[in-house]
Amino acid sequence: MYTLGIDVGSSSSKAVILEDGKKIIAQAVVEIGTGSSGPERVLDEVFEKTNLKIEDMANIIATGYGRFNVDCAKGEVSEITCHAKGALFECPGTTTILDIGGQDVKSIKLNSQGLVMQFAMNDKCAAGTGRFLDVMSKVLEIPMSEMGDWYFKSKHPAAVSSTCTVFAESEVISLLSKNIPKEDIVAGVHQSIAAKACALVRRVGVGDDLTMTGGGSRDPGVVDAVSKELGIPVRVALHPQAVGALGAALIAYDKIKK
Amino acid sequence: MSQIDELISKFQEVSNHPQKTVLNYKQQGKRLVGMMPYYAPEEIVYAAGCLPVGMFGAQKPQIAAARTYLPPFACSLMQADMELQLNGTYDCLDAVIFSVPCDTLRCMSQKWHGKAPVIVFTHPQNRKIRPAVDFLKAEYEHVRAELERILGVKISDLAIQEAINVYNENRRAMREFCDVAAQYPQIFTPVKRHDVIKARWFMDKAEHTALIRQLIDAVKKEPVQPWNGKKVVLSGIMAEPDEFLDIFNEFNIAVVADDLAQESRQFRTDVPSGIDPLEQLAQQWQDFDGCPLALNPDKPRGQMLIDMTKKYKADAVVVCMMRFCDPEEFDYPIYKPEFEEAGVRYTVLDLDIESPSLEQLRTRIQAFSEIL
Repeated sequence: MYTLGIDVGSSSSKAVILEDGKKIIAQAVVEIGTGSSGPERVLDEVFEKTNLKIEDMANIIATGYGRFNVDCAKGEVSEITCHAKGALFECPGTTTILDIGGQDVKSIKLNSQGLVMQFAMNDKCAAGTGRFLDVMSKVLEIPMSEMGDWYFKSKHPAAVSSTCTVFAESEVISLLSKNIPKEDIVAGVHQSIAAKACALVRRVGVGDDLTMTGGGSRDPGVVDAVSKELGIPVRVALHPQAVGALGAALIAYDKIKK
Repeated sequence: MSQIDELISKFQEVSNHPQKTVLNYKQQGKRLVGMMPYYAPEEIVYAAGCLPVGMFGAQKPQIAAARTYLPPFACSLMQADMELQLNGTYDCLDAVIFSVPCDTLRCMSQKWHGKAPVIVFTHPQNRKIRPAVDFLKAEYEHVRAELERILGVKISDLAIQEAINVYNENRRAMREFCDVAAQYPQIFTPVKRHDVIKARWFMDKAEHTALIRQLIDAVKKEPVQPWNGKKVVLSGIMAEPDEFLDIFNEFNIAVVADDLAQESRQFRTDVPSGIDPLEQLAQQWQDFDGCPLALNPDKPRGQMLIDMTKKYKADAVVVCMMRFCDPEEFDYPIYKPEFEEAGVRYTVLDLDIESPSLEQLRTRIQAFSEIL
C-alpha cells in the first residue's frame, strides 16, 4: 500500500511516497512553495521517479503553509504534527525537534511516547529562518551551498544581531565595508540564526536528544552553531527538507490502517 | 429564524456596529462617556444618566497616524485607540475616563487627541491593604466631581447605589450566561459567545441584562447535546478579530470559559453592598483578582485558571497574548509552571489586532487541536 505526503511550504514544495508506512519509495523537493507551480511540479517529480500514479495512492495528506490548496489531498494536518512524526521516524528516540524552514522556525517537544507535548513558532520575523541566510548569502556574494564551508574557516566570528533581518543586513554591509573577513561575518550570521532558533527551543525545553529538520539544517554551519549554542550534540534528519512530507505520508498510512 | 438566533443576532448587530449603536443612544438624548481599557467605575457614569462606552479598539484597524505618537512596541489595542482618537471616531463622546494601569496607558492619558475632555484616575498598586480602598475612594470622588463639572449634572450617592444594583445584576446574568453557553457549544460558536459578551460595552446595562435573561431562558429549553470536539478556556486581554475565533470553530474547538479583560474579568467580581457607594466600588477593586493589571503578589491567576479548566471540563487553556502587553507577558512565566505541575495543557498565541497573522494562528491552533 502506498501513501503520499505533500508539504507545501512558503519557499519550497516537498513530496514523499511511502510503502506500507515503512519504506520511502521516492521523495522530491522543488524550491518554490505555496501560490506557485511548486506543488504541481513536486508531484510530477515524485511520480517521475517511480512507476506509480496518483491513483495508486491509498491516501494523500497535505501539510505546510499551503496545505489547504492541494486538490488531490484527502486531509490536511499541521506541519507541527507532521514534522514530529517524520523526525521521529528518521531519528527514533528524539525528544526535541528544531525545524528551520524558509520563513519559519519551529521547535517541538516530544514525550517519551513520541507525542507532541509543546511547540513554539517564530512570528512575523524572518530572523532565524532560511530566508535570513538567503538574504545574507546574497549580500556576502557566497552561494548558500558554500556558507557552511566559510563558517568553519572563521577564527573570530563577528557580532551580528538576531532581532531583524533588515537591520542585520545593514550590519553585514557595514562589516563588509570595514573589511572584516568574510568567514567571520558568515560565522556571525550563523550564530545569529542559532541564537534566534535556540530561543524557541528553550521555550519548549531543550531535552537531551535534538533533531534538526528543514532546509536550514542542510547547512552544517547552522547545525554546528545550534549545537554550540545549546551545548549538546545535534542530529540531522536523513531527508531534512522532506521530513514534513514524510510525516504527512506516515499519517496518511496511519489513517488508512485505523 | 428561531428566538435564540434572533436574540443572538441582536447582540451581534451591536458588537459588529458599535458606533451606530451608541449614536442611536445619543440621538435619544443619552450622553456618551468613553471607558478606556481596562477597568473603570462605570457605575458613576451610569448614575450620571450617561452611557458608558467601551473603547477596546476595532476589528483589524488600519493604523497609520497613531504611529506618529506611539512607538512600534505599544500594543495594537492602544495603537488602535490612538488611531480612533485621531480619525475622529471618538469625537461623539462627551467625556473619556482613563485609568492608567500600564506604562502605555499612562503615556496615552497625557497625549489624548480626541475632542472629548479626559478624566484620569489612578488605581492603587498595593491593593490588598486598607489604605488602598481609601485612596481609590478619593480617586473616584475626583472622577465624580469631574464628571459633574464636565456634564453639568449632580451624581448622588443614591443614583450610584442604583447603578451598582443594575451592574451587579448584569454581572450575575453574564456569569450565568457563560455557564449556560458552556453547555451549548453547538449554539454558541466562539464568535457568537464573544459577541453576546462584547455587546455589553455598547448597551445600557439594564437593557443588556434583559436580553441576556431572555437568551438564557430560551437556550435552557433546548436539550444539551454531547460535544465531540475539544473545549478550551481563553485567557488574556481580548480575543479578536472574529477571524481568529473562527479558526477555533474550524477545528471543532469550543470556548467554554474565558479569563479575558474585555470579557469575564469585567463581571467576575460583584460590587459589595454597603452604605458608601464610592467605598463599595473601591472595595470591589480590592476584591478583584486574576488580572496582571491588578497587582496581587500572591499571583492567584494560575490556580484560578486551573480551577476554571476543572469546573468547565476544558481540555486546555489558550493564552491570547496581546503582543507588547508587558503585564500579560510578565505574568506568563509565573502561571506556566503551575499549569505544568497541575497537568493542564496550554498554548500561547501571539495576538496583534492590527495584523493578526491568521495563517500562522491557523497552523498553531490546528497543531494544538491535534496534540490535545
